[in-house]
Amino acid sequence: MSDGLPVRVVLAKLGLDGHDRGLKVVARMLRDGGMEVVYLGLRQTTGSIIDAVEQEDADVVGISMLNAGHLTLGPHMVDALADAGLDVPVVIGGIVPDEDRPTLAAAGVAGVLGPGAPADEVVACVRAAAASRGR
Amino acid sequence: MADRTVPELVAAARGGELRATARLLTLVERGGEMADRVAEATHRHVGNAHVVGVTGPPGSGKSTLTAVWTTRLAEAGRRPAVLAVDPSSPLTGGAILGDRVRMAEATAAGVFIRSMATRGHAGGLALAVPGMVRVLDVAGFDPVIVETVGVGQVEVDVTAATDTALVVVTPGMGDAVQANKAGLLEVADMFAVNKYDWPGAADVRRDLELMLDLSNLTGHGRPGAGAGAGARPPILSTVATTGEGVADLADAVDAHLEALKAAGMLATRRNERRLAEVRSRLDHLLLEASAVALEDESDPDAGPGGAGGHVGADEPDAAGEPPGVTARRLAERLLRGFER
Repeated sequence: MSDGLPVRVVLAKLGLDGHDRGLKVVARMLRDGGMEVVYLGLRQTTGSIIDAVEQEDADVVGISMLNAGHLTLGPHMVDALADAGLDVPVVIGGIVPDEDRPTLAAAGVAGVLGPGAPADEVVACVRAAAASRGR
Repeated sequence: MADRTVPELVAAARGGELRATARLLTLVERGGEMADRVAEATHRHVGNAHVVGVTGPPGSGKSTLTAVWTTRLAEAGRRPAVLAVDPSSPLTGGAILGDRVRMAEATAAGVFIRSMATRGHAGGLALAVPGMVRVLDVAGFDPVIVETVGVGQVEVDVTAATDTALVVVTPGMGDAVQANKAGLLEVADMFAVNKYDWPGAADVRRDLELMLDLSNLTGHGRPGAGAGAGARPPILSTVATTGEGVADLADAVDAHLEALKAAGMLATRRNERRLAEVRSRLDHLLLEASAVALEDESDPDAGPGGAGGHVGADEPDAAGEPPGVTARRLAERLLRGFER
């Protein structure tokens, strides 16, 4: 992906949360940013996301959370990928209070995108996460 | 993760390691020298998988049907893999690959699914898909299902380059004349009229039967189509969302392979497939070479031999010859280049 190949991103709603409009908008932004988005949609588990990451040889995982579960599920996703031996960064989008960001960063979450993040920021954040892979 | 060599990856993939298979698919998809190495390491081991093409208009239910079908195969102890192809945006090169949304159940049942974007460049799909199918075959998956949106010639060609081609149609998408227009009738070994619980489904079925009978009369079918059955391709009625008719579809797909074998047509099909791939590769080589030749020709400073042969955009008649003559001259030079 560093040599002009499209970044491959797996996008999912993790856990019980039916609000997927934001994630669909993000999918469009990333597509328009030249990325290949493997869209999983609603009600995914860490297991189903890991299956997808593995089979799709993805560069980044993007999970969207509007249910205040980010402090639990975010680190859970990071750990599950690490346990599976997958070196793939996680970006979280959704409602994340600013004071939670350091906690997520410390837990290994590569980036956080809040409501209203412009397309440039979304694409740059995912691109930076992809570039951080393997370090 | 340390980078493994291609033979190491192939050995791991054959041992059932999904991550190695996924990596090999990526290498083939990217093309170039690594893809050639994967081809070198895999092409001797192929031939165990039944390769099935599934195509149809957007929204016809291909993914849902494939999901239900492959889930049942996996539950019956087989190892199906799906290569799901979606178009890239011609403007940005990006793509939204959404097949997994409808295939969550299949993933859970252990079906291997790989989403693939067409990545724009002409013929890229035709170049990458056969190699990716080989990887899945060598990794022990069977059947290997290639799912494309049946909208363009390339997708139709990809579907045709399989052992068994399934075309999915639905009610409410135009009459049989439309199906004829799409060029899908000729490549189909069987049809699924999906959403058969919708109004008009029986009409679609009847129209299809009519068109296929005509094809039989004129002898314009795919060679080996309906092999063993001695009749037109079967038409299945399915409702993917309830699973109705899916067992019959699965049986029909298996029966088609058996019929091909019994009629001695499987080897013919696979030889055709190989020739189609050689043709795609050859086209690609020639296109690349002609792009280079055109570049040389239109570059006023680095003109070949400097013998007044430029056709700069601002002086269209600089060469003093019609475009067809220029093309022929370039073609002759290209062919000499290939002889070296």
